[in-house]
Amino acid sequence: MPSAPVLDIPYSPTTGPLLAVRDLTVEYATPRGSVGAVDNVSFDVAAGEFLGIVGESGCGKSTLLFAIAQLLSPPAGITAGSVTFKGRNLVGMTDKQLGAVRWREMSVVMQSAMNAFNPVKTIGSQFRDVLRAHDTKDDIAKRSQEVMRLVGIDPVHLGSYPHQLSGGMRQRAMIAMALLFTPDLVIMDEPTSALDVVAQRSLMVQTKELQRELGFAIIFVTHDMSLVSHFSDRLIVMYGGQMAEAGATRKVFDTPAHPYSKGLLEAFPSIRGPRVPLLGIPGSPPDLASPPPGCRFAPRCPSVMPSCTQIEPPLYNVDEVLVRCLLHAEEGALHG
Amino acid sequence: MAEPLLAAKGLTRHFQIGGIFSRRNLHAVDEADLTINAREIVALAGESGSGKSTIARLLAMVYQPTAGEILFEGRPLSKMRSRKEVLNYRSQAPMVFQDPFSSLNPVYRVSHGILRSIKLHRPELNHAQRLAEAERVLTQVGLTPAAEVMGRYPYELSGGQRQRVGFAQALACKPKIILADEPVSMLDVSIRIGLLNLMAELREKEGVSFLYITHDLASARYVADRLVVMYAGHIVEQGPVEDVLARPKHPYTELLLATVPDPRAPLSDMAGADRGEPPKVVDPKPGCRFRERCPVAVAECATVTPRLRVLGGGHTAACHVAVADTMFIQPAQPSKDRTA
Repeated sequence: MPSAPVLDIPYSPTTGPLLAVRDLTVEYATPRGSVGAVDNVSFDVAAGEFLGIVGESGCGKSTLLFAIAQLLSPPAGITAGSVTFKGRNLVGMTDKQLGAVRWREMSVVMQSAMNAFNPVKTIGSQFRDVLRAHDTKDDIAKRSQEVMRLVGIDPVHLGSYPHQLSGGMRQRAMIAMALLFTPDLVIMDEPTSALDVVAQRSLMVQTKELQRELGFAIIFVTHDMSLVSHFSDRLIVMYGGQMAEAGATRKVFDTPAHPYSKGLLEAFPSIRGPRVPLLGIPGSPPDLASPPPGCRFAPRCPSVMPSCTQIEPPLYNVDEVLVRCLLHAEEGALHG
Repeated sequence: MAEPLLAAKGLTRHFQIGGIFSRRNLHAVDEADLTINAREIVALAGESGSGKSTIARLLAMVYQPTAGEILFEGRPLSKMRSRKEVLNYRSQAPMVFQDPFSSLNPVYRVSHGILRSIKLHRPELNHAQRLAEAERVLTQVGLTPAAEVMGRYPYELSGGQRQRVGFAQALACKPKIILADEPVSMLDVSIRIGLLNLMAELREKEGVSFLYITHDLASARYVADRLVVMYAGHIVEQGPVEDVLARPKHPYTELLLATVPDPRAPLSDMAGADRGEPPKVVDPKPGCRFRERCPVAVAECATVTPRLRVLGGGHTAACHVAVADTMFIQPAQPSKDRTA
């Protein structure tokens, strides 16, 4: 892994962004050659912000998240770009340096709580492991009980094994574990995908309440756009390893600029609106080993133009929303 | 009215749990009545643990009911004794499973499962006819070119394509009804709709009925004719899907409805307030099983198990508090004092 240059983005809680991702590129080494899973992604996360990242399976959203947390392992690796967290570039840091940042300042909630907990240890002993590994000064038992209460689980469950909790409780316990050190940034990788709707909604509401209370920033990755509609401040729509659209959540929902965002929004039936036939998005995501020439969404796009298969669209800034689509070449200013 | 295709009467399934001295009964499904007519899509909705998958397995003869009876075209399943009869029923009512990543054997090609089920259930076909039939069902579910797809392995297919293979396997036995157990919940939102459309299309073209099990009411509304809502082993409400969703009678249906994420609607408060989970129903006492989470529970709910009552056109709910549409109030029912 090449050591990226250390960027001088001055950080203080009031000025700079909490997290600045610049030109981040991740490639997987495969027998067929390298596959670019994340291609030149740049964005900021402000302190206390709720950022949603949405896209289909295989669009690179989870890889992006792992790259931010420096959790990639071969054959995947960051080949370019930087991840600047509170003024320090995390790319190229040693494990020891990262150990000081992880959990204390930035924590990750994994997708399936079913597998993320160790099944043969109690919840409490796994909390203890985390607290000891990161040299806590607090009273371990007291802090564990505090975070359990925070997420609305009776602290007696610290003595329970993961299988004794329901899916929703396990996922909440995962969030409690991520909050042990009250970090500034919590990264969540589809934490609700294994839950059913009622548990899903209550987890979202609770996460938002915790955020309001404790003031941490959230990066929330999901394939279900409707899920974050009421909770995130800003939204990034990923397609084929690239940012397709990024902007304020309400704006993206009300006036989606990219045909792919439009498709995602029209892919789920409404519970109250008229009962109309929907099409979803026919076709499947591009093979990232040999992405189609021009726009990566062109083969599935309902409003494709001849130029789409020749020119790779850059990001245009249309009214504070970034969009990678030639439809906006005229009205939008080139971004970056 | 014509005979329903599939009817369950008083369907009950208990599971024994615990050791010899602490034996208890888990009531997965209690006295469920359900009918599915020909060419009808019935959605069965509820949270995990509500017993909806148990119903599917009872209907597929994976489990035997503890009590109650299932009638297929008027014939009770318990009277089917010979292997031939059971096989015949299973070919008429195959299942499609939730997880397309673990329900296909990874070491066999796509053609394997389809050809096997044709060979088992339609022995009159010869080899060439079986291949032709496999190609037909793959085309029917939208996997083209079928001849090429047949030679692929599951790992070469996306999740949505794998689930289509699941439907092709079910279709290969010429079914009258397909029991689909959360067929889209593991798939990306963007491809779910394609599968829902496929179900509607198969009903149109092949005349297949569906039992569509889901926890997503919006998708139930999109594809189904009737909706059945389950909670903790009881059917708590059923009726025409539009009617149930527009005028839900049971507080649990209201809760489920409020949790459906809809970016076009403002956020409702009710869903966030609820932190409850369906209870494990072990040796239950009488009473409404939803009462601990219920915002409108009255004293009667703790002692008397509510029965399904007719509250609207073809719309029934099991709730003591629910009020009928005005034109459907039955004078026969004594109006007890509900001052509590």
